[in-house]
Amino acid sequence: MNDYFELFGLPRKLNLSVDDLQQRYYRLSRELHPDRFMNKPQAEQQRALEMSSALNDARRALQEPIKRAQYLLELEGFDMGEQRSKDVPPELLEEVFELNMALEEMRSGDDSARPQLEQAEKNFAGMMNDIDGQLQTLFAQYDAAPGQEVLGKIRGVLNRRKYIQNLLGEVHAELAPAN
Amino acid sequence: MEIDFGVPVHIVGIDLGTTNSLVAFMDLTGPRIIPGADGDKLVPSVVSVQRSGDVVVGNPARELLLTQPARTVYSAKRLMGRGLADVQEELKLFPFHIAPGSESVIQLKLGERTFTPPEISAFVLRQLKQNAEGYFGAEVPKAVITVPAYFNDAQRQATKDAGRIAGLEVLRLVNEPTAASLAYGLDKRKNGIVAVYDLGGGTFDISILKLQDGIFEVLATNGDTHLGGDDIDNLLLKIALEDVASEWGADLSRDNEGVQRLRRAVIHAKERLSFVPQTSIELDYRGKTYQRELNRELFDKLITPIVDRTLGPCRDCIKDAGVKIDQIDEVVMVGGSTRIPLVLTAVENLFRVVPHTELNPDEVVALGAAVQAGILSGAVEDKLLLDVTPLSLGIETMGGVVSKLIHRNSTIPASATETFTTGVDGQRNVLIHVVQGERELVKDCRSLARFDLKDIDPLPAGMARIDVRFLIDANGILNVTARDERTGKEHSVDVKPSYGLTDEQVETMIRDSIEKADQDFNERQVREARVEADTILAAVEKARRHDAYFELSDDERAAIDRSMNELLLVYHSDQLGLIRQKIEQLNQATLKLAENMMNTAVRGALKGSKI
Repeated sequence: MNDYFELFGLPRKLNLSVDDLQQRYYRLSRELHPDRFMNKPQAEQQRALEMSSALNDARRALQEPIKRAQYLLELEGFDMGEQRSKDVPPELLEEVFELNMALEEMRSGDDSARPQLEQAEKNFAGMMNDIDGQLQTLFAQYDAAPGQEVLGKIRGVLNRRKYIQNLLGEVHAELAPAN
Repeated sequence: MEIDFGVPVHIVGIDLGTTNSLVAFMDLTGPRIIPGADGDKLVPSVVSVQRSGDVVVGNPARELLLTQPARTVYSAKRLMGRGLADVQEELKLFPFHIAPGSESVIQLKLGERTFTPPEISAFVLRQLKQNAEGYFGAEVPKAVITVPAYFNDAQRQATKDAGRIAGLEVLRLVNEPTAASLAYGLDKRKNGIVAVYDLGGGTFDISILKLQDGIFEVLATNGDTHLGGDDIDNLLLKIALEDVASEWGADLSRDNEGVQRLRRAVIHAKERLSFVPQTSIELDYRGKTYQRELNRELFDKLITPIVDRTLGPCRDCIKDAGVKIDQIDEVVMVGGSTRIPLVLTAVENLFRVVPHTELNPDEVVALGAAVQAGILSGAVEDKLLLDVTPLSLGIETMGGVVSKLIHRNSTIPASATETFTTGVDGQRNVLIHVVQGERELVKDCRSLARFDLKDIDPLPAGMARIDVRFLIDANGILNVTARDERTGKEHSVDVKPSYGLTDEQVETMIRDSIEKADQDFNERQVREARVEADTILAAVEKARRHDAYFELSDDERAAIDRSMNELLLVYHSDQLGLIRQKIEQLNQATLKLAENMMNTAVRGALKGSKI
């Protein structure tokens, strides 16, 4: 097995049927699970353990579209390890600055920033929707004509997505206790 | 040792419970519980060590809890895989006698000797093994043992150690709720989503499974390894002790026997209240009596906080499983505490379905373990269990922060690989601290073990690259391997478990006990052979006065005499094979005699019929 797509007998595509994946997963589990190898020699048991853990890891990597894209990027040689969300995407600079101010105020006990935070939450949630729409389009593009260029674009969008997701998390955490 | 290739090796399923334990096996019709010599299916998980060194397990030990509390222990499962600091609450509520030197592994004092919790559990397992061996008339070397789904790595490892100490090859640890779902055979009915609510003596588990064509896939699990019927008993006991103190003007809480008798009285009342609306807690002790009426209304009010503690994990589990409550088709009730009407109502209200209670909640886990044993032996081919790890696995990084490698509710086996390097020039060792839990900081998680990567080639800082693979196997137990990325060489990993026994300690305990177990088994076989010898010797002795004996030739009579003498010669030896051989020889020598007697009897009968 070279990669998780191959393990499932699937082409390297970003859109795939989750139901089909599930059925393939069950079929392969019946074949590879350590339970099936209890009466076999030690070496075969060890191999079953390796294969079935790879199968479970593979399913986790491919089940959800975002994780699937991350996995495929890694497979195609993109370094996903240090994809931290420290660098603010330039188009969000102003908004993030104001948001941080509002978060500070909330943290220091000033509840007057609440409406602003709630508005920010809405804005960012809207952005997430847009991003997921963009990803849909890019995924389809890649599946039709795979190439490094479109993967580079996907990577950029995924970074932005991660960044906004973290922001949303912070806003949620600040707003939630009062709810 | 002789191996009979004609007989398949029996693999049993064992429910090693906090309060009771059971052993079951798969026969042609389905899973069946094997009763003990006393006919009881439940073996109380109580162990008593006598002054003579004899170990008493089960019902007789439960009686000794009253008369010899300092030599007897119950609910030891609560201590499995735990450190002294973890069990301070336990120590307030249970009469555990902790011996000095319990820092890394708890040592329990029973009379003159000390034992670790896995050794105590091993006594219970050995009893179950013996019960099964008595039932099959053959050695039972392999078992599937169940554990609470929410058990962490150390608790699982401790259970596996207990099996090994008892002389059992533990083929698999299965989560209790998952086992129960196998026993219910719900897959026969339809595909769907099933919740298993398991409230036992000391632990609570909730698991949500997806069933599809014989595949039992656990979607999520949650629980509390310190919540169960024991907590209800302790609550009632506290109230009763206060009553007694005010009525008798005597503090019974320091009187071990008195406490145990009162504990039994409250348990009795609790159990009765599942069937009648009103009962009383009654104690006759040293000429004094105590009686307190208890109705279900008050009982429900008292235990509501305990029952409520199970509902949070249920909601979290539903959320983690990614299902809505109304998607859950069936709910299965497991564990003795689910007999309590309030528990049933609470579960029904939460899930909005009538829970399954058709199978005995005390037996269903053991039955499921037997089904899993059948899956492993190949006898059951259509079912497959896909379980998950209940807790996230991570490693300590800079600043005491946890970096999660395998998330909770990941299907097992599961693995993750992390690359480590050195921080200073020429560094030869890297220490990896593995933790389990959901919190961000190491101090809030459970320390599992420290792994020391040794003998790294001395290189400038950051140049070494060691790939460390963390693999959680199908038992939910962590395995760590390390490989040098540069040389491809496998690295030695020195494991220091944070809580629990080292491999060497387990090996020593196994050596001590296997000798004893083998000896026990052999002794039992020899005793059985002697009983058989007694029977045949008596029969032959009697036959020698029979007419048929005198119809034999001199040679034939001599052969019988010789065989009898030879059997008598080996009778008192411990040579099982020899005794069996001589029994067989005597059997052969008396074949003709038996035939003659048969003919005489037939002739007699024919004569008789003519009169």
